[in-house]
Amino acid sequence: MKNWKENILAPLIFTVALLILWELACRVFSLPATVLPTPTAIAKAMVQYWPAIWENSLQTLMTTLLGFALAIVFSLALGIGIGWSKFIYGALYPVMIAFNAIPKVAVVPILIIWFGIGTIPAIFTAFLISFFPIVVNVATGLATTEPELQDVLRALGASKLDIVRKVGIPRSMPYFFGSLKVAITLAFVGSVVSETIGANSGLGQMMLAAQAGFNVELVFAGVMALAILGIALYAITALIEKRFTGWAFRAEGIG
Amino acid sequence: MTQPGAPLVVLDHVSMTYGQGVNAVKAVDDLTLTIKKGEFIAVVGPSGCGKSSMMKLISGLKPTSAGTLTIEGQPVKGPINKVGMAFQSSNLLPWRTAVDNVLLPLEIVEPHRSRIGKEKAAYREKARALLESVGLGGFTEKFPWQLSGGMQQRTSICRALIHEPEILMLDEPFGALDAFTREELWCMTRDIHQARGVTAMLVTHDLREAVFLADTVYVMSDRPGKIVKVQTVDLPRPRDLEITYEKPFQDLVHELRSYIGKH
Repeated sequence: MKNWKENILAPLIFTVALLILWELACRVFSLPATVLPTPTAIAKAMVQYWPAIWENSLQTLMTTLLGFALAIVFSLALGIGIGWSKFIYGALYPVMIAFNAIPKVAVVPILIIWFGIGTIPAIFTAFLISFFPIVVNVATGLATTEPELQDVLRALGASKLDIVRKVGIPRSMPYFFGSLKVAITLAFVGSVVSETIGANSGLGQMMLAAQAGFNVELVFAGVMALAILGIALYAITALIEKRFTGWAFRAEGIG
Repeated sequence: MTQPGAPLVVLDHVSMTYGQGVNAVKAVDDLTLTIKKGEFIAVVGPSGCGKSSMMKLISGLKPTSAGTLTIEGQPVKGPINKVGMAFQSSNLLPWRTAVDNVLLPLEIVEPHRSRIGKEKAAYREKARALLESVGLGGFTEKFPWQLSGGMQQRTSICRALIHEPEILMLDEPFGALDAFTREELWCMTRDIHQARGVTAMLVTHDLREAVFLADTVYVMSDRPGKIVKVQTVDLPRPRDLEITYEKPFQDLVHELRSYIGKH
């Protein structure tokens, strides 16, 4: 594999070194496990509580992905609309910015009032928190179509729809997939936040319960599970991006 | 069908204004000229003199503010697919190979638009042949970033030609190329014009380029663009690059230069 030193060796060494440092710090300063458990203690907790962690991870994964899927569908439509027409842009943009500025934690109680404690508020929070970057990126991709290229096509009698279909949408795909990497992590944050406030299952809820029972190892085991899931989701999205917009990651030309 | 040599594009006292009211800017003023079928005209002038506006008028992208503009006797009211355009930047779609870029206009223009789905292979063959004719035979399946600047520009010109337009419009198409590549593309453009009998309009600020390629050179003044000089180039065709070093050619260039920046 090319660049395996940068891509595999370097992050591996860094992560392992970080864990060793953590372990040593805990032991040298004899920190109580209720403040900061050692990585080995966390690993032990992960093994011990594996069935619970697994089940709750699946729940969080499910709410994240459903919210994310909703966000993709909704933002593609909205992004194309905004990129298509200056009028739609002018109408929707201020409201969207205002909406995006609202901390989503503040919305969760409302969602709970509407849908009750459970899975649906988590899905909606994931959706609400992740749609904005996708919309902005898709709209930017569409709005920045080169005017000369539009002239070339318009002179041929191309309709606006033709130009958007043949040029605008393919052109905005790298922006779209780029934003998915941001959006998937945000969706994940959204579902965990919502689970922490009001849910019956999921990693957020599990950690909240563990905290109430002073099971600090399990809280940290939950943090670890979140981190691992986060990396996995990001990596899968990045892989999909490479697969679909390989042309945007150009190699060296011949001059 | 217009016969070669007969008037194809006629501009009669045409003006064009951008914007409205106090912000109105007159881009071109009182243009009167006739482009004959098969003629190669060049429009030269200082930056911002409305050369490109003139192109947009003829292609129907912008409406005239005054005067009449006809193509084949028909008033131009909007885009007509009788033109093919190429610009200084090749504007190729980076997700399409050279041949797929060339095919793009056929996905827009009727009757090809409804046929291209069924007859994809035949159309691809046509696009490949066109690319081959400009020396890109081995590069048809390459992506734009795998092509040099000159090759990208050749591809862009092929894209302008694929639907067999009446008028080929070139807006400073060689401006970003190095001197040697530029001369190669002059010869390519000369050969395309010769072989296909297409009417061509070249916007440029390179006087040598204008004289080498054109039958008639129009010199435009600073904004608002007016025609200040019409120069017929009667150097015999086919022209060889050698003539650019000879006296008659250089005299013409010199003569034209004296009209730039003067009123």
